[in-house]
Amino acid sequence: MQIIQKRKWFYILSLILIVPGIISMFVQGFNLGIDFKGGNMLLYRIETPADTAAISQTINDLQIVRELSVQQSGNEFYIRTNELNQEQTQQITAALGSKFGTVTLLSAESVGATIGSELVRNAFLAVAIALVLMGIYITFRFEWNFGVAAVLSLAQVVLFVCGVFSLMQFEINGAFIAAILTIIGYSINDTIVIFDRIRENLRMKKKDSLDTLLNKSIMQTMNRSVNTVLTVLMPLIALLAFGGSTIKVFVLAMLIGFVYGAYSSICIASPMYYEIKQRG
Amino acid sequence: MVRQNSSMAIVAAIVVAIIGLVYFTYRPIMNNLQLGLDLKGGLHVVLQAQEKEGEEITQDTIQKSIGVLRNRVDNLGVKEPSIYPQGKDRIVVEIAGVDDPEQAVDIIKNTAQLEFQDEEGNVLVTGKDLKDAQASPGTGGQGATVDLEFNDAGAKLFAEATAKNVGRRIAIVIDEEVISAPTVNEPIPNGRAQISGGFTAEEAQNLAVLLRSGALPVSFNIMEKRTIGPTLGADSLDLSVKAAIVGLIAILIFMIGYYLLPGAVAAISMALYTVLVLGTMIMLGTSLTLPGIAGFVLSIGMAVDANIIIYEHIKEELRLGKTLKASIQSGFARAFWTIFDAQLTTLIAALVLIWFGSGPIKGFAVTLSIGIIASLVVALGFTRYVMVLCADFVKNTKLYGV
Repeated sequence: MQIIQKRKWFYILSLILIVPGIISMFVQGFNLGIDFKGGNMLLYRIETPADTAAISQTINDLQIVRELSVQQSGNEFYIRTNELNQEQTQQITAALGSKFGTVTLLSAESVGATIGSELVRNAFLAVAIALVLMGIYITFRFEWNFGVAAVLSLAQVVLFVCGVFSLMQFEINGAFIAAILTIIGYSINDTIVIFDRIRENLRMKKKDSLDTLLNKSIMQTMNRSVNTVLTVLMPLIALLAFGGSTIKVFVLAMLIGFVYGAYSSICIASPMYYEIKQRG
Repeated sequence: MVRQNSSMAIVAAIVVAIIGLVYFTYRPIMNNLQLGLDLKGGLHVVLQAQEKEGEEITQDTIQKSIGVLRNRVDNLGVKEPSIYPQGKDRIVVEIAGVDDPEQAVDIIKNTAQLEFQDEEGNVLVTGKDLKDAQASPGTGGQGATVDLEFNDAGAKLFAEATAKNVGRRIAIVIDEEVISAPTVNEPIPNGRAQISGGFTAEEAQNLAVLLRSGALPVSFNIMEKRTIGPTLGADSLDLSVKAAIVGLIAILIFMIGYYLLPGAVAAISMALYTVLVLGTMIMLGTSLTLPGIAGFVLSIGMAVDANIIIYEHIKEELRLGKTLKASIQSGFARAFWTIFDAQLTTLIAALVLIWFGSGPIKGFAVTLSIGIIASLVVALGFTRYVMVLCADFVKNTKLYGV
């Protein structure tokens, strides 16, 4: 396959995949969870038939809640509100209990707004520091062209995942940041295996032109690239199918990120290196 | 021929040893692995010290507060609470398996500053001089009461105060709230006092605990509070373990189906790897959380990736017409730096997470880091050794996937 020659098509494909997400980020922003903006999250199991509208109604009637969103997953209901104190939480539990009968409060989380904004700052800092350190490591082990190409490829993987989360309005929470960092780690892993082969082939000093050499390196590592992403997808799909509802978002982010990351390692990272090398 | 047989014997011994290892360590690992709050249920509270004007929050203040909180939580009768400082003015309290998390929060958050004040608002005696506080059921329908006993210094102060205020009221103030203000009928020399404020039995019990454990040197706000019911924890654990097992089996089937003999070697390596990672976690006292399970599954993926890189290199060398032994040797040699570079960069990201992350993120990053280091050791050491041995008695290159 002539990946380097067809690179323009891959750039276009990436743009098509990323641009809607970026627009969404500006237009509707993110669905920030309580980890980030502060607030309360209550998880109830309600045995009798109940729906989100009836639950919202019951809670609104108490007139203690400013913001409210109710989400259903089987017979479990996630109720997100602004920050509430203990008595207010107990009031909600009591009100739901008298309306729906058997109601179990499975978990209650409350996060202050200050902690939330600290989390955002630390998350950005962590991502930035991780990217810079990895860039330095690659520059040290390879050369700066590779470092820049790898970080550029990574940055658009992160953009893509964030875009999907904004488009679908999936909740952004602390676990999502962990997922993003895992995606970064895993994609860089993917990219480096290919770059390592390019480095090895460059040392052989064959008369191949750069694009032929890059294509060859990509194809030589293709088996591994595909098999690796397949094996890592297996436990992720299992986690998505059986895993507790608490880690669904986390797993979903990784699933999307790994697939796109694998594509980016193969179709974007090496062409990026080619562009930089040609110009430099 | 001798070499062939002895290699076969060693490999057989290794396989038996690993199966035995898994069989005999399975129970101890399951019993000793600490589970995070999200998996066994519990309470997680982050307290923020409130700085008063002119009083700086020092490390000493925080340490003292931790001592007081530990006393209080111990009084709830829970096992192994974890109370530790975060940053320079925060305290994290984690309690597992508590039946009534809300009651625990009540106990934790109060400053419990007890003061006896005269009618002019002068402080006569404080909770510092208390020796004991006990709840008692109370009589005559006034509700439960809390009986106080002062130490010698406190008894002296209290005797003086009551002597001076006969016929007047002394207010009992807790956290700047007047609980009751009884009139002093006569001086009380024995250092005993009673607080009655129309308490229920439970309120009196909680108050007694608070006063016994002493006041917090500063007041705290609740910044973050998470309670996970035990049922949710157990559900998540069952589901995630099931998912991890299904995922692992899928990987093993794929590896053996695609890479044949080396795939089987990878399967044995993975068993050793799993025992190694979980064993390390027990030794380091790291608790397994839900994100931790995800980190573990991910690190298994990376360990498998290391094997895939090696096997692809070996296949390549075999296709070039090298002998089996030489292919395995140079396959590992070429894969070494690839795997090293690739996993080290991921480790960098994981270490940044350990540094910056808190709670769930940290759990994930710690598990991932342990996993990456273990996978380097297993893939580049153990797998290599077993593969070289296998090459002694399995010569058919078809079984190596060529």
